[in-house]
Amino acid sequence: MVELVPSLLRQELAALAANDQRIDGRGRWDSRDITLETDCLYNAEGSAKVTWGDTIIYAGVKFEIRTPWPDRPAQGSLMCGAELRPVAGRKYEPGPPSPQSIELGRVVDRGIRESGCIDMDSLCIIPGEKVLGVMIDIHVLSDKGNIFDACALGAIAALRTAVVPAERFDIGEDYPLAVSMTPTMCSFTRVGGRYVLDANDEEELGGDERIHITLGDEGHLHSLQKGLKGTFTPAEFDEILGVAQQRCAELANLVNSKEA
Amino acid sequence: MGGYGDVKLLREDGLRLDGRKVDEMREVEIEAGILPAADGSAWVKHGLNVAVCAVYGPMEAHPRKIQRQDRAVIDVRYNMAPFSTSDRIRPGYNRRSREISKVTAEALESVVLVERFPRSKIRVEIEILAAEAGTRCVGITAAAVALADAGIPMRDMIVGVASGKIEDTVVLDLDKAEDNYGQADLPMGILPTTGEIAFLQMDGDLSVDEYNTCMEYNLKAAREIHELMVDALKRRYVEKNGGEA
Repeated sequence: MVELVPSLLRQELAALAANDQRIDGRGRWDSRDITLETDCLYNAEGSAKVTWGDTIIYAGVKFEIRTPWPDRPAQGSLMCGAELRPVAGRKYEPGPPSPQSIELGRVVDRGIRESGCIDMDSLCIIPGEKVLGVMIDIHVLSDKGNIFDACALGAIAALRTAVVPAERFDIGEDYPLAVSMTPTMCSFTRVGGRYVLDANDEEELGGDERIHITLGDEGHLHSLQKGLKGTFTPAEFDEILGVAQQRCAELANLVNSKEA
Repeated sequence: MGGYGDVKLLREDGLRLDGRKVDEMREVEIEAGILPAADGSAWVKHGLNVAVCAVYGPMEAHPRKIQRQDRAVIDVRYNMAPFSTSDRIRPGYNRRSREISKVTAEALESVVLVERFPRSKIRVEIEILAAEAGTRCVGITAAAVALADAGIPMRDMIVGVASGKIEDTVVLDLDKAEDNYGQADLPMGILPTTGEIAFLQMDGDLSVDEYNTCMEYNLKAAREIHELMVDALKRRYVEKNGGEA
C-alpha cells in the first residue's frame, strides 16, 4: 500500500525539532520503554518476545542437522531471517519477502554473525558430514516504529537462551548454545532535520534516512547500515555513535539479565 | 491420523497421559487487544498452543476483482511461524495453510455481518507462534475475539474446538501425542449461543455414536471457551474506558 506522507506531519515534526522536542514528548536520545521476555514459546529452542513501546516482535531459534558446505567442512552455520507479515500493520501485504524484510533480516544477521558471538567451529559434529545449523526467525507482530532494534534485541536474547536439542538429534545430552557476546543494535532516524534515537511510526512516516549501528562488547562496531534517501555528515555520525555506545551497553545488560 | 495403534494414550486409571479426564479441555487463556498496530487483536493460549490474530478493516478491497457488490470479503491468512513446531517450517504459504485459511474464512463469513460492508475487505491475520495440536481451532477462537475487538458486527461469536478418538475412547481436545497416534480428530467452529456449526473438518474413523459423543463434548467446550472470550473482551473494554465498565 502506498503511504501518504502528509506534508502537515513533516511540518509539525520540523517545528517540534526546532524547539528540540519530539512528537510523543520524548527527549532526542530517549528510548521508549522496553519489555523483554525470554523462553516464552514452546517448540522453539530459544525464544524472546520484545515489546518496544507499541512495537511487538517474537524471535525463535531452531536447530537442524545438515551437511557442511564443501569449502567449510568443519563449520556449522547461522541464519537469521525476519518476516514482515501482513499481521504487522495495515501497510503490509501478503506476498514473497519484500526488500524491507530482507534488509531487516540481513542487517540483524550481520550484527550477530560479524560479532563472532557464535563460534562456527563449535557447531561441527562430524567434520565433512554433520554440522549444526542455527536458525533465528523473527516475527514482527505490531510495527509501531523501530522494528530493527526490537528485532536485533529479540534475536540475540533468543540466541542467548537457546538450548541445543542434542537428545532429539541423537548426539548426546541437551546443552545450552555457547554465545560469547551480546551484540545489540541502536537505530537513528532523521526527523525534522536532526537524528533521534528510536523513532516511532509517526516519526518514521514523516522522517528521512535512518542509520543502524550494531555494537558488541567493549563498544566495537560489528554492523552498520544506512537506509532510505538522505545523507549525513561525519560529525553527525560521531554524535550518534557516542549515544549508541551508551545505549547498546544498556541493551546488552538487559539481555544478559535474562540468562538463566 | 497417524494411526499407530500400539502407543499407549490412556493410563490404567482411565485418565489421559497428561492427567486429564476424557472430557476435559486443556487450559485456555485469552487476551484481547494486544497488538497496537491492529484494528482488533487477540492472543490465545490453549494448552501449549499460542495463536495471535490481528484484524484490519473493513478497508477497500484490492485487487478490484475480489470485491463483492453486496458484501465484504474476509481475507484470512493462517500462518505457522518457522519456530512454532519441533522441526522448523520453511516460511511461506503451503497447501495446508492455504486450505485452513480458506475454510476459516468461510466459517468467519458465516458469522460476520458481511452485508453491512459492501465492496470492502476485512483482513484476518492468524499467526501460530507455538503448535501443539489443534492450531486451526485456536486460530478460529483468536479470530473471533480479534473481530469483536475491532468492533466488527457479528451475529454470534465462533469458537474453535475439537474432539477425537484414542484407544477406542472419545476424548475432548486432543494434545500432540493424541493427535499423532489417535484414531480420529473432529475440529469444529461452533456458534456458542445457537449451537450452530460454521467450521467442520474430520479425519480418521468414528462410529455414529462416537460422533455424537464428540459433538456433545465440542458443544460443552465451546460454551466454556466462549465465557473466557467474553471475559477477555470485557477486560479490554474496561481497560479502554480507563478502568470503568
